[in-house]
Amino acid sequence: MNSKKTLVALAALLFAAGTARADSLLINGAGATFPAPLYTKWFAEYHRLHPELAFNYQAIGSGGGIQQITNGTVDFGASDAPLSDEQIAKIPDVVHIPTVLGAVVVTYNAPVKSLKLTPEALADIFLGKIATWNDPALAKLNPGVKLPDTAITVAHRSDGSGTSYGFTDYLSKVSPEWAAKVGKGTSVKWPVGLGGKGNDGVTGLVKQNPGAIGYVELAYANQNKLPLAQLRNKDGHYLLPTLASTSASAAGVAMPADYRVSITNASGKEAWPIASFTYLLVHRDLADAKKGEALVKFLWWATHQGQKDAAPLDYAPLPAKVVHMVEKTIESLTVQGKPVKIATK
Amino acid sequence: MGGSAILVAGIVVLKLSQVAAPALEKLGLVSYLLGSDWDPVSGSFGALPFVYGTLVTSAVAIALALPVSVGLALFLSEMGPKRLRPVVGFAIETLAAIPSVVYGLWGLFVLVPLLRGTVEPLLGRFLGFLPLFRGPPLGLGFLAAGIILAVMILPTIASVTIEVLKTVPPPLKEGALALGATRWEAIRLAVLPYGRPGIIGAALLGLARALGETMAVTMVIGNSPEIHASLFAPGYTLPAVIANEFAEATSELHTGALAGLALVLFGITLLLSAAARILVRAVARGPAGARA
Repeated sequence: MNSKKTLVALAALLFAAGTARADSLLINGAGATFPAPLYTKWFAEYHRLHPELAFNYQAIGSGGGIQQITNGTVDFGASDAPLSDEQIAKIPDVVHIPTVLGAVVVTYNAPVKSLKLTPEALADIFLGKIATWNDPALAKLNPGVKLPDTAITVAHRSDGSGTSYGFTDYLSKVSPEWAAKVGKGTSVKWPVGLGGKGNDGVTGLVKQNPGAIGYVELAYANQNKLPLAQLRNKDGHYLLPTLASTSASAAGVAMPADYRVSITNASGKEAWPIASFTYLLVHRDLADAKKGEALVKFLWWATHQGQKDAAPLDYAPLPAKVVHMVEKTIESLTVQGKPVKIATK
Repeated sequence: MGGSAILVAGIVVLKLSQVAAPALEKLGLVSYLLGSDWDPVSGSFGALPFVYGTLVTSAVAIALALPVSVGLALFLSEMGPKRLRPVVGFAIETLAAIPSVVYGLWGLFVLVPLLRGTVEPLLGRFLGFLPLFRGPPLGLGFLAAGIILAVMILPTIASVTIEVLKTVPPPLKEGALALGATRWEAIRLAVLPYGRPGIIGAALLGLARALGETMAVTMVIGNSPEIHASLFAPGYTLPAVIANEFAEATSELHTGALAGLALVLFGITLLLSAAARILVRAVARGPAGARA
């Protein structure tokens, strides 16, 4: 077959695929993988309530989501990290809508029933400065606990991820040395340790290597019943991570109007210190009349009725304070310059 | 058909270059290719640890897989009992059909614990005088990736080699036997020299697969961009880092640097297949001299 014929056939195929669902309204989105299970549930539920509306969400990663909304190839994007100033310069009318919260937790493989860590100790472990379990720094935090003399193997994510972003953002806040040497990002240059792909990769490393320590998402840890370390939060309380303590950390931070804020190391007695929002990204003024209106209504639904779907899937719902703010933001969205009437019940 | 293949390759390179160009310009081509620091946060990108990891794991794979595959092929075509041949042949083909992620899981659950608990401590004790076998036995690392790759490329090399050996004219071997050669001498003096260009071609085919393999490698190599002489140490390869970091790479410099790695990988495979052609041609011309 010559190349021209192939191209024609390919074009015809694409055209057919594009028009297949013309009878219902299809809203396209792309982005973060972390909230994808919840979003899938939301889209299915919403489609059941509004059969004329269907969603197509591609969980291609936050970077891809940001790029696609910037290029205008999708109706909404999704990202685990807020956009940087540099990224906003390319899409100045972007609006962040926080949907739920996720938490990052520390899991370990050592014959220790309950492990207490301070932020400093955690940073020193991941910097390679605390290299054995019976290090005096750890012994002091865990009096009466028999710590083994095995070496600590650090396990981290090898794929770029919002989980790594949240974790390194936290370490950067609590350890000046971490901030200077490593910094925060979806992928960073880890001083020590092994990289595993995804939460399951890190968990595999931790489970297989005696003496290993790593970080995973709370949802994943809960579903797999992993041993979790207690962490001292900003107010000085040792906590085990829960959905409630994750939501609490969003309540303990002064929220700017565009939600671009890091909520790690939040104050509050019950606040788990490594939490973060995940966002949907939309244009402030939506160009397509039908899709725009449907999308705005969906956002309202997701941040209200949709929140009850969060906890069963191990995502932390937005605290009431944030929901009130998000209401204002959604009401400020326009379709072709006009505000959308939302049934607010 | 050939034309469209070149066209597609051309478009791929062009697109990748467009994405990579701004980053490579900013980083400087030489410091990008020879830099060993990969730090997305500070925006410093060097390709060397990944090139090193790719080459080392592929070299380990070829070193392990080639002798085994040639042995297997000889066994199947020259020595083994006729009834056993289809069984072993089928087993080899099955190996080729296993998806790479399954190899990765097998590596993680079977190979890595075995390496960590038994193989690496033993190698360290008896061959520890070589820098290749030093350091703590982590299990994950260059050695694990190399062994997985060896298993993966073995069916490719073995099945091509079997076909190559089938083309050896029987009179060659019969002549050797008639002159009083043992069976092993006939293989060594008549069969192997005749098949050499084909066997080299088979090895390079296997090598090409090893260079590009992503999933199984990233699951067992430890994924840390470092250059170590020891095979026990964790490393990283070109395809693995692209697959790992691309989805969440948000800065243009980062995506550009990753696209650059894709170009580097493309360049390596291109160089390799060019070398393969030259080598095969040289060897193909050779046998007359080799036999003399």
